[in-house]
Amino acid sequence: MAWFKRSKIGINTATENKKEAPDGLWKKCPSCKKPLLNSEQIENQYVCQYCNYHLRIGSAEYFSILFDNNSFKELFPNLTSGDPLNFEDTKKYTDRLEESYLKTGLKDAIRCGYGKIQGEDIVIACMDFAFIGGSMGSVVGEKIARSIDYCLEHKLPFLLISKSGGARMMEAAFSLMQMAKTSAKLALLSKAKIPYISYLTDPTTGGVTASYAMLGDINISEPGALIGFAGPRVIKETIKKDLPKGFQTAEFVLEHGFLDFIEDRRNMKNKIASFIRIVK
Amino acid sequence: METTFDFEKPIEDLLVQLEKVKQVAEKTKVDMSATVRELEAELEKTRNKVYTNLTGWQNVQMSRHPDRPQTLDYISLICEDFIELHGDRTVKDDKAIIGGFATIGGVSVMVIGHQKGKNTKERQFRNFGMANPEGYRKALRLMKLAEKFNKPVVTFIDTMGAYPGIEAEERGQGEAIARNLLEMSVLEVPIICVIIGEGASGGALGIGIGDKVYMLEHTWYSVISPESCSSILWRSWDYKEKAAECLKLTSENMFANGLIDGIIREPLGGAHQNPEETANTIKNQLLEDIAALRLKTTESLIAERIDKFCKMGVVVEG
Ligand SMILES: [Zn+2]
Repeated sequence: MAWFKRSKIGINTATENKKEAPDGLWKKCPSCKKPLLNSEQIENQYVCQYCNYHLRIGSAEYFSILFDNNSFKELFPNLTSGDPLNFEDTKKYTDRLEESYLKTGLKDAIRCGYGKIQGEDIVIACMDFAFIGGSMGSVVGEKIARSIDYCLEHKLPFLLISKSGGARMMEAAFSLMQMAKTSAKLALLSKAKIPYISYLTDPTTGGVTASYAMLGDINISEPGALIGFAGPRVIKETIKKDLPKGFQTAEFVLEHGFLDFIEDRRNMKNKIASFIRIVK
Repeated sequence: METTFDFEKPIEDLLVQLEKVKQVAEKTKVDMSATVRELEAELEKTRNKVYTNLTGWQNVQMSRHPDRPQTLDYISLICEDFIELHGDRTVKDDKAIIGGFATIGGVSVMVIGHQKGKNTKERQFRNFGMANPEGYRKALRLMKLAEKFNKPVVTFIDTMGAYPGIEAEERGQGEAIARNLLEMSVLEVPIICVIIGEGASGGALGIGIGDKVYMLEHTWYSVISPESCSSILWRSWDYKEKAAECLKLTSENMFANGLIDGIIREPLGGAHQNPEETANTIKNQLLEDIAALRLKTTESLIAERIDKFCKMGVVVEG
């Protein structure tokens, strides 16, 4: 639920990763603070070559890393959010959406594509944290549901990359019901014996964790990713104690039995392709 | 325990006035029956006015009334018998979610629900109705048991949310809820869910995937509590009333938005004014639905359930 707490990396993702950015551009690694040239970032798949920190990236970068030759057909690209509740807090939801369109060039917090991964056909849905904190509203739910329908129809494995602060509050109960909707569709995918890989990235929390992100035939992640149901701040306030070191990291979640493996982003494509080849 | 909310003040005032008039009449032996009748009529009018136009926040307050009936109350009022079953068979028995086989009007069912507790001791024992993963896993175990014996499932929802704690995260709170959403959507027996108090987010939805989902009139159901919504969106706890309006979390709003199947009416003044009447209304609704849902084939039952949830959401096709 903490989509508003954007880290610096999250905010910058949209602009810093623009493909046309000149080679001379660089950013500081948020972990070791060393400068990373844009060309180095692309070459290292946005992993710091000094400390292995996995930079937060969006759907464009994940698609370029995973799809063969970055070639894919985008599915349902034109769906956008309605404003069923006429929601207005300190800002109108519609204004928030407009700002996000301009800032990110995205239409909502998820994009879906059909392509190949080491020659294997696959549908990949990938969330974009830059768009209102990767929050799950009707568009996210609907695009996942339609992607699953597409997989069912064409018998394609499904990979879903989660990166989200949780529910989109401005869609209130509509947002909540996307958890039901996506989980129900995944039940159908499972009954059809079609592989579903849930790839949880930094951060994956709230309603996303409590629905599709935890329902993979395999759940996989990257080193150091924050994964949890309740946000760390909420837990701290509830139990009035400090949280243990490493709490809610991918490593913690793996240790407690809710992830199948953690892999370096630069080797993820190999592992995913192997898995698909083995189970198909 | 007697709790009067701010918005009930006009009713309270009239009650006090009425009592005074009656006392005066008693003492002075003067016939004041005309005044009494007038005040009683006024009282009736005021009650209707107050309780039929509650705001979002007022409904939230009603849903948390300390005397409001809870799952165990409804079980004892509705069911002829109840065999409580415990444990998730892995970690422990979660006291925040209870369940077991029961008979309602001669029909065998599995009943599952959040239990908040009524006094301090009970509330602590029940963890305020905030379940840990083992609560959701117990619920799922019982639902699978119901499926095995072909019995319908009834759930009563009343929670401030799934518990946010260290152990809850260690044992996979997210996975436990997610698993229930998936399994409930394809459970091969009818499921009827009733929000009887608070319906907060994934903690509520985790036992809330039903062929029929109802809200009692003065309850709320949303993705977040108005307090937390206020603190996140306004960065202050002072906007809970405004947040409650924005979230459109009342039974009326939820029904109008097609997110629940119906509203179960409460006695004037709320369920706690007449738990027996409330329980009876719920019972009739349950029996009617079970009979109707029993006529469906398993395939169409599941297909319609999934289809209903898949239609929820508002998107603009570009
Ligand atoms: Zn570094």
